[in-house]
Amino acid sequence: MNLTLKIWRQKNANDKGKMVDYKINDVSPDMSFLEMLDVLNSGLILKGEEPVAFDHDCREGICGSCSLYINGEAHGPDRGVTTCQLHMRKFKDGDTIYIEPFRATAFPVIKDLIVDRSAFDRIQNAGGFISVNTSGNTIDANAIPINKHDADDAFSAATCIGCGACVASCKNSSAMLFVGAKVSQYALLPQGRVEAVDRVKNMVAQMDLEGFGNCTNTGACEVECPKGISLENIARMNREYLFANIKD
Amino acid sequence: MSGFFKSSIGRKYAMALSALFLMVFLLQHFAINILSVFSPDAFNEASHFMGTFWAVQFVLQPILIFGVVFHFVMGFVLEIKNNKARQKSYVKNNGNANSSWMSRNMLLTGAVVLAFLVLHFIDFWIPELNVKYIQGDMSGLLTDGEGFRYYEELVHKFENPLRVGAYVLAFVLLSLHLLHGFSSAFQSVGANNIYKKSMKGLAQVYAIGLPVGFIFIALYHHFNH
Repeated sequence: MNLTLKIWRQKNANDKGKMVDYKINDVSPDMSFLEMLDVLNSGLILKGEEPVAFDHDCREGICGSCSLYINGEAHGPDRGVTTCQLHMRKFKDGDTIYIEPFRATAFPVIKDLIVDRSAFDRIQNAGGFISVNTSGNTIDANAIPINKHDADDAFSAATCIGCGACVASCKNSSAMLFVGAKVSQYALLPQGRVEAVDRVKNMVAQMDLEGFGNCTNTGACEVECPKGISLENIARMNREYLFANIKD
Repeated sequence: MSGFFKSSIGRKYAMALSALFLMVFLLQHFAINILSVFSPDAFNEASHFMGTFWAVQFVLQPILIFGVVFHFVMGFVLEIKNNKARQKSYVKNNGNANSSWMSRNMLLTGAVVLAFLVLHFIDFWIPELNVKYIQGDMSGLLTDGEGFRYYEELVHKFENPLRVGAYVLAFVLLSLHLLHGFSSAFQSVGANNIYKKSMKGLAQVYAIGLPVGFIFIALYHHFNH
């Protein structure tokens, strides 16, 4: 396949940045999207040009490092996959592909396609954990009976990899799907109930502090989420937040 | 509860609760208006009751006005805040791939409904306040004293095709607003189970059926008088 790439180039956080056109030929449909970018970068390096900076790590769809807004969608046009699992067979010969960084005020661009998603880390640090005494008397989690439905929902919520596609896809740059998933994965389990009130209040407070927008239930986040995190998690977080404020 | 309504989720609740209140009001408004098609006398009686009963006039009406103003002001405030959350837009964004047009354009459809409400106030509400509280005529009777005036006023308003056209357009936009807004309100208050199952069908019946009903009333009186 021969393709035209329109890629956001930005030297650093303070640079204005612009879209730059690149031609790339002989792209195999079996390549992953990131492999295609690797080939592009090899060519740029050979020509003495600055390669395109982009985030990646495991390339197995589980680390949440890769991002990219491809042809107007987070992680591109495929469903249930991250950019590293997106294959070039999803595109056609002669296509023009727009590649942009995830856009949100809370996710400032560091360079080219790399954005700073540490806002998610700070939200997680605000309450996305349970406090357990690990001095030797820890109860085996498997010894605690848990409703199968709750266990499944908690597991589904816990599959969130924190990639930020929800924020990137939301017209309001809301982080509520991410925070909803993190709140839910603990709220549904007995170990998480102990700190549930403080957790939801602190995580929502941090989310608001980071400058994410308000959720207006468009559902774009759920559609674009590579892990299929459900909007139910946002509804659960809303309930948790209301009850936490009533109890307090 | 201190600070609840200053939080993003608290504002969601406030927006959703005001929306649910307005949807209940709209249903009540429709129930009275549809009487004008089947029984002018019943419409007159209901209108006179709503227009003169103290609890409706001095308790429910101020709450309604507050609800309308709050919903619109909150909508604009949230839009401004949300725009700040993404100061740099995408060069290419494919919103149709993941969300409905209605869900992405609530401000637009809401603004049209707001413009319609201004027309509606000029048409019905302000003249009503003038007759009752400035002229002091609480009788609800026609100037010749032969029966109630409400049905005659309604019919007279729908003689003008431009006004009827504006009403039809506004209710089409209201339908688009409700197609997202109805289920969104339930999702916002955490009622995701209701939202996902039985309410989803009811949402479509309400969002399409009610505006179509209001349009039918306007067209019925336009073409039958």
